[in-house]
Amino acid sequence: MTATTINSVHDLSQPQLQATFYDLNEHDHPEGGSTMLGFWIYLMSDCLIFAMLFAAYGVLGGSFAAGPGPKDLFELPLVALNTAMLLFSSITYGFAMLAMEKGGKGAVQLWLLVTAVFGIAFLSIEMYEFYHLIHEGATPMRSGFLTAFFSLVGTHGLHVTFGLVWLFTLVVQVGTKGLIPANKRRLMCLSLFWHFLDVVWIGVFTFVYLMGML
Amino acid sequence: MGTQHAHPNPDAHGHDDHGGSHGSMREYVVGFLLSVVLTAIPFWLVMTGAIPDKQTTALVIMAFAIVQIVVHMIYFLHMNTKSENGWTVMALIFTIVIVVIALSGSLWVMYHLNHNMMPMSHDMDMRQVP
Repeated sequence: MTATTINSVHDLSQPQLQATFYDLNEHDHPEGGSTMLGFWIYLMSDCLIFAMLFAAYGVLGGSFAAGPGPKDLFELPLVALNTAMLLFSSITYGFAMLAMEKGGKGAVQLWLLVTAVFGIAFLSIEMYEFYHLIHEGATPMRSGFLTAFFSLVGTHGLHVTFGLVWLFTLVVQVGTKGLIPANKRRLMCLSLFWHFLDVVWIGVFTFVYLMGML
Repeated sequence: MGTQHAHPNPDAHGHDDHGGSHGSMREYVVGFLLSVVLTAIPFWLVMTGAIPDKQTTALVIMAFAIVQIVVHMIYFLHMNTKSENGWTVMALIFTIVIVVIALSGSLWVMYHLNHNMMPMSHDMDMRQVP
């Protein structure tokens, strides 16, 4: 973000000096200036992980090994509920960001906690689903389809879990240190992470659940 | 060096940062409502079987997914071509290219592999025997 600011100021005044940008970056850059871009690049690499898992699912999704298929296993109302939870958590995180902009420390914490409630609801429903599948004998070991399914959906669930750990950490951080620039930066990174997980979930419910039930 | 002395910069950064990439209440609500609609329609299509043809339904829900991903990118992730001097968009385009190559390549290759190695289905039948 800083990079942008400095550079755009630069552009306005002395465009020909742009080459000094790198020098600036090294010496006079406030801490965390390039964090947002770095975090975005991390998310893109995470995107590749999910793309590979989707590819694996696309290839193995039809290998049932005479075991149960999507139609025997998935319950769309449950998936719809799960999707709603994640979508709600996305907008409540948005409200946390708006509260942060206004500088309301308590409001930020409150919205973060509301987000956490929806996140936990999402995870609980997913755990319930997994528990049921495994209980019915549809374990990851059963078939290629189930291996790919558990890898993809499980990886997404793990991301949400770590997002929640991060979220609770930030609730405490904001509580003890307030809305200092470092905390704002962290909140923005988590914002990207959280919304990114929602984007991945769109792919999951469309390609895995909905298309599996067709 | 040119702007090193420009004091407002580090400060301005703190605010610019946040103002620039958050959007407003309106943006979040619009994004949310669009997402709800774009999620509800595919679920409705599949759960009621409104379109009898499966192929068509699959294409339609895929189209909805792509539109919803774009909606999330714009309204929640606040993507625009200007942030970080366009580097976020560059990273995104690069990622999309890799993802498309990897996904379509995997599916294509594996489809042909399955197609050309018919004994596969034999094995599957064998497994059912015991």
